[in-house]
Amino acid sequence: MTEPLLKIEGLKKHFPTTTGGAFSKVKGTVKAVDGIDLEIYPGQTIGLVGESGCGKTTAGRTILKLYEPTGGKITFEGQDITHLKPKQMKPLRSQMQMIFQDPFASLNPRHTVGTLIGAAFEIQGITPAGGVEAEVQRLMARVGLNPEHINRYPHEFSGGQRQRIGVARAIALKPKLIVADEPVSALDVSIQAQVVNLLEDLQDEFNMAYIFVAHDLSVVQHISDRVIVMYLGKVMEEAEKVDLFTHPRHPYTKALLSAVPVADPIKGRKRERIILQGDLPSPVNPPAGCVFNTRCWKAQDKCRTQVPELMQIGKDPSHRIACHFPED
Amino acid sequence: MTLKPFLEVKNLNVAFPTEDGLVQASNDISFTVARGETLAVVGESGSGKSVTSLAVMGLHDRKRTQITGQAFLNLESGPVDVISADAEVVRKLRGKAMSMIFQDPMSALHPYYSIGNQLIEAWSLYNEGDKAAGKKRAIEMLDLVGIPDASKRVDEFPHQFSGGMRQRVMIAMALINNPSLLIADEPTTALDVTVQSQILQLIREMQKEFNMALILITHDLGVVAEVADRVNVMYAGKIVESGSAEDIYYRPDHPYSIGLLNSIPKIGELDSKRLVAIPGQPPSLINLPRGCSFRARCSFSDRVANNLCATTAPTLDTKTTDHFSRCHLTEAELVKARKESGGI
Repeated sequence: MTEPLLKIEGLKKHFPTTTGGAFSKVKGTVKAVDGIDLEIYPGQTIGLVGESGCGKTTAGRTILKLYEPTGGKITFEGQDITHLKPKQMKPLRSQMQMIFQDPFASLNPRHTVGTLIGAAFEIQGITPAGGVEAEVQRLMARVGLNPEHINRYPHEFSGGQRQRIGVARAIALKPKLIVADEPVSALDVSIQAQVVNLLEDLQDEFNMAYIFVAHDLSVVQHISDRVIVMYLGKVMEEAEKVDLFTHPRHPYTKALLSAVPVADPIKGRKRERIILQGDLPSPVNPPAGCVFNTRCWKAQDKCRTQVPELMQIGKDPSHRIACHFPED
Repeated sequence: MTLKPFLEVKNLNVAFPTEDGLVQASNDISFTVARGETLAVVGESGSGKSVTSLAVMGLHDRKRTQITGQAFLNLESGPVDVISADAEVVRKLRGKAMSMIFQDPMSALHPYYSIGNQLIEAWSLYNEGDKAAGKKRAIEMLDLVGIPDASKRVDEFPHQFSGGMRQRVMIAMALINNPSLLIADEPTTALDVTVQSQILQLIREMQKEFNMALILITHDLGVVAEVADRVNVMYAGKIVESGSAEDIYYRPDHPYSIGLLNSIPKIGELDSKRLVAIPGQPPSLINLPRGCSFRARCSFSDRVANNLCATTAPTLDTKTTDHFSRCHLTEAELVKARKESGGI
C-alpha cells in the first residue's frame, strides 16, 4: 500500500482539572484521549464513534492540532506535525479542514456567505483563477446553494443550507483531509440524507479523506470504510466496516450496536438486545483496569486490575480490540 | 376496540399570531389514544408535533395562542374538553389525569431543590398527608424507575445525577400521581444510545404497570418502530398519514413517509448504496402554499390529473382499512410509488 495521508501513533490529549479561584492548583487530569492510533489514506473514510464523553470530538480536534497533543505523534504526508507552532501549521491548514456540528454556532452571523467562504482564500493569500467572488459562487453552486445568495447572512438560511455553507468553506482550498464532527446530527432526518450524499459526492470528486466523528451508528455505517469505537478516551475496537458491523468482538461494540433502534417494527421488536446497566463513568476518575468493566456483563477480576492491550483478532489483520474476554 | 379511547382530539387547530403573520402550527388534527395504547407522533422540527401535545396539556398561553377544536379526556366522571374547559379545571387534571415528560432532563428539574422535594411537591398537589408520607412515596417511585439506593439519593440535587438518571427522575415525577395519559416529548433525544434503550424499556414497563395511554413524540424512526402501536406522521402542521406501525413501515401511503423511510441509513444494510434524499425543505408555516403542503418536494405530484395538488389541499382519507393518508394519489398509484422509490 502507498503511504498513508495521515498517521497517528499513541495520540494523547489530557486536560488538567483545577481547583479554581485565584490560586488555582491542578488537582487532576481528564484523559480525554488516551492513546489512539490511526492511519488514513486518500479517499478513505474513518468513522470515530462512541457516546458523549468518550473523547471522539477531542480526538478529531487534536488530530487537526486545534488542541496541542499531550503525547503521541501525528504525521501528515510524511511530515511530523506533532509539535509544529500555529505559524508553521498555517500553510498546512489548507490541506486539512474541519466541518463542525452546529451550523447555527459555527458561522459568524455578521458576515455574508461570500465573506465566510472567501475567508479561506484571504487567510492563505491565494487568489483563485477568475477571482474570489467567482470561485465562491462556483463553490456555492457545487454544494447546492443558489450562487445569487452570496450577499446573504447566515440567519437567512435553514439548518441544512447552513451546513452546506460549512461544507463549501471546508472544501474551498481543496484539502486532502476533512475532519467532520457530527456534521448531520443537528439536521432533520429528511435533510441529513442530502448532506450525507453531498459529502460522498465531494469525496468522489476530490479524493479527500474523511474522519467522520459521530454518535449515530447508522450514519457511520453508511459513510465509513473503517470504524473506530471509543470509550472513555480509549479505543475499544477498530475494524473494517463490514467486519465491525457484522461481527463485533468487543462487548461494548456489541451492546452499542444492539442498542440502536431499528426502523422496522417486526425485526426491531424481535431483536436480541443487550441493555447496559448504569451510565458512563466520569472521565475525571475512570475505572481501574479495563475502563468498560463497570458496565460489562463479562467483567471478571482481571478486568478490574489489568488494562487490556489493543490486539489483533480474527481473520482481518486490521481488526483490533482491547478486551480480555472477547465475544466469539 | 370496544373501550372508549381515553383521549379524543377533534379538529384541533393551534395558531400563533406574529408580526409576520399567523403561524398555523397545528392544522385540523384529529386522533384518539386508548389506555394501554402507544401512539407515536413523528415529524421534523416545525411539523407541529409538540404544539399539538402542549395544547392537550393546556400549556399554551391562551392570550397569545389561537386554539380551536376539541380534546376530550374521557374521565370516570365523564368527558372533559380540555380546550374549552376553564384553565383552573385543566390545571387540576395536569399531573393527575395527564402528565408530560420533556426532552431535556437537564433543564426540566429545578437546580435549587432536592430531587425529593420536587417529587413531594408533585405528590402533595393531589394527596393528603404530611411530608414524611410524601417522601415515602417519592422513594417508592425512584425505586420503581430504577434509581439505585433511592432512600439516600432522594435527598440529592439534580446536578448529582447523570442525564439518564435525571430522565428517570422526570418519569418518576410524571407518574407519581398515577396518570392515565402520558405524553413523552422526545424523551430520549438528549441521551446516549445505550441509555436511550434503558429509558425506552422503562417507559414501556411503566405503561404496562399503570395501564397508561402513551403519546410518544419523536423524530427517530427507529424508536417509533420499536414501541409504537399506531403512528401519526406530521408535516407542516398536518397529520399526513396515520396507521399501525406495520402499515407505516411496510406499506407507507404518503410520499413524505415513503421519502422519509428511504432517506435513513438502516443499521445492518452494509452495501452503502446512495441515500434517497427528499429534495428541498419544509415550507414556512406562515402563508402555506395552496394545495398540498408537500407538493414542492414530492416526486409524484405530476401523476395527479388537473394539477390538483397545486389547487386543492388533500383530505385525510382512508386508503386501506384503518390506514389514512392525505394524498391525491390512489392506493394503486401509491403502491407503484413505493416500489419505484426503493421498494419498501
